[in-house]
Amino acid sequence: MDEEYDVVVLGTGLTECILSGLLSVEGKKVLHMDRNDYYGGDSASLNLTQLYRKFRPGQEPPAELGRDRDYAVDLVPKFIIASGELTKILVHTDVTRYLEFKQIAGSFVYRDGKISKVPSTEMEAVRSPLMGIFEKRRAKKFFEFLQGWKDEDPATHQGIDLDKDSMRSVYEKFGLEPGTQDFIGHAMALYLDDDYIDKPARPSYDRIVLYTSSMARYGKSPYIYPLYGLGELPQSFARLSAIYGGTYMLDKQIDEIITDADGKFVGVRSGEETVKAKQVIGDPSYFGAGKEGGKLRVVEEGKVIRAICILKHPIPGTEDSDSVQIIIPQNQVNRRNDIYIAMVSSTHNVCAKDVYVAIVSTIVETDRPEQEIAPGLQLLGPIYDKFVTVSPLYTPTADGKSDNIFVTRSYDATSHFETVVEDVQDVWKRVIGADLVLKKRDNVEVEQ
Amino acid sequence: MSKQLQFKLVLLGESAVGKSSLVLRFVKDQFDDYRESTIGAAFLTQTVALDDGTTVKFEIWDTAGQERYKSLAPMYYRNANCAVVVYDITQSSSLDKARNWIRELQRQADPSIIIALCGNKSDLAARRQVTQEEAQKYAEEEGLMWAETSAKSGDGVADIFTAIAKKLPTTAQPAARAGAARAGAATGRAGVDLNKQNAATSNDPCNC
Ligand SMILES: Nc1nc2c(ncn2[C@@H]2O[C@H](COP(=O)(O)OP(=O)(O)O)[C@@H](O)[C@H]2O)c(=O)[nH]1
Ligand SMILES: [Mg+2]
Repeated sequence: MDEEYDVVVLGTGLTECILSGLLSVEGKKVLHMDRNDYYGGDSASLNLTQLYRKFRPGQEPPAELGRDRDYAVDLVPKFIIASGELTKILVHTDVTRYLEFKQIAGSFVYRDGKISKVPSTEMEAVRSPLMGIFEKRRAKKFFEFLQGWKDEDPATHQGIDLDKDSMRSVYEKFGLEPGTQDFIGHAMALYLDDDYIDKPARPSYDRIVLYTSSMARYGKSPYIYPLYGLGELPQSFARLSAIYGGTYMLDKQIDEIITDADGKFVGVRSGEETVKAKQVIGDPSYFGAGKEGGKLRVVEEGKVIRAICILKHPIPGTEDSDSVQIIIPQNQVNRRNDIYIAMVSSTHNVCAKDVYVAIVSTIVETDRPEQEIAPGLQLLGPIYDKFVTVSPLYTPTADGKSDNIFVTRSYDATSHFETVVEDVQDVWKRVIGADLVLKKRDNVEVEQ
Repeated sequence: MSKQLQFKLVLLGESAVGKSSLVLRFVKDQFDDYRESTIGAAFLTQTVALDDGTTVKFEIWDTAGQERYKSLAPMYYRNANCAVVVYDITQSSSLDKARNWIRELQRQADPSIIIALCGNKSDLAARRQVTQEEAQKYAEEEGLMWAETSAKSGDGVADIFTAIAKKLPTTAQPAARAGAARAGAATGRAGVDLNKQNAATSNDPCNC
């Protein structure tokens, strides 16, 4: 610990591990520490023992759930959107060689008390009960418009200015019904609330294109998922970092962030040891989140409730899918924020055979959060066991430019990792002083 | 018709026992007294030809130094078909560490994993702290393969890898990971390959 590093990274969540990997590849001398004896921080996947230790201290996991090592239960419900930025980073850094991915089998949306599949083929679209025949025609025109859009060709614009006109006005131009608007805005653009409607249509356009191109990529749903759980992602990037010289220390208590008289970062103290570095990056839990006193470097922006539910059956109404996303648009249940369900199973090597792990989540709006997710829980059928967390979403109070302390954001309520990558890009820019440019990794791991 | 089988092999053991050196000896027949760290040698492949015409290709994972502060990720040894757990015959504490790794593998790895316990630095027999009898007895009790090696002189290195290759199942293709799949092995799993663009291209992104 006597050496001096370029960057100390605290916490091995996905955000920190991607940054650590990219920084090591860039040639920075990185020390990466975590207080836990496992990788992943808030984005870890836990085996049964770890899960029960976390949520039911003192209680043994029931024997009927099967072998401990068959489990990798995610703490945060997210999937990888196939054509998104995380996929690009995975491919460019070549960490795909450590991972194997499978599709998420289906995407469903809740409407009028029941769930329907988000069509993934034209055949499914024709049969889908989500729209009547005339509405289907109108929707087809709308999607043809989006598909045909070319910034440089005004003839494709049909009089619409994506940067000025609101999404509402675009919906109205194509005469789309409120139910269809809900479907497009929430099940495809993946907006969590309705604030987007009165804003310029461009971001909605981008998000719908991301969704449809992701759907087109592998076929069943826009999502893919790593075998053995999301916790494999931080581990892969940690290995990337280690291969490029990054030093790893798990199970290391971090006792103090040391600063000089001007408040600038000097080093971190763990017990009697102090390690110096030019910069520090870390998740909010290392910078006072949830604690009283000390320097306040993060603020709470809201809360997310997540209920990890162990099921002994697939979710009813999903054609026995081995994995699904279900979106309950806020309007359907008189809320401001959507309720999400993300379910995976033994197909993805995250639990024993005939077990299904569903996470129901939403942004908390009241002081009785568990009641808020009731509409989601009801869709699951009998729940074998349930582990509920209410997690504050922290965001840094400063950009780190003046003190060399760079705090990442908590994992939000969105269903994929695009905001995580945005955070990575944002932190990178502040740490390095230039945009993140992905370079194809040299073949350090020699193949003979 | 000869067949080629591919297996994931991981190295485990305390820092500085000679894991990376063993890999370097096996794959490139080199040794370097002053090699600093593991950078650059964390993923290599080497093939072993067996008498019956079968070739066994090892996809060899080195630790990238993550064992140093108890920080080796479970992802590292997940799906390993074989593990070489290394100790240093001049350091008795390194055999204790090897025992811990073997326990961890027995708990977490696939039950069919083949484990070889490997006493390295046999060229330093004058400074020996671990007797052959002690290590061999333990290996027998646990049903492990065992050998002493010297990455420095090369003694026993090829032999232990060949012995592992002979013990691996030659019938079923192992379920190796993405790297193996890309190398052309048929994994028979419905995974998706991120390196392939547009696996299912559709002319009409409108799904409605
Ligand atoms: N004398 C001798 N030294 C060895 C042998 N194998 C490795 N070493 C030395 O032991 C040190 C650690 O080796 P390394 O391969 O980096 O160990 P690792 O940390 O387990 O990967 C290096 O200085 C090597 O040169 C061996 O068989 N004999
Ligand atoms: Mg090494």
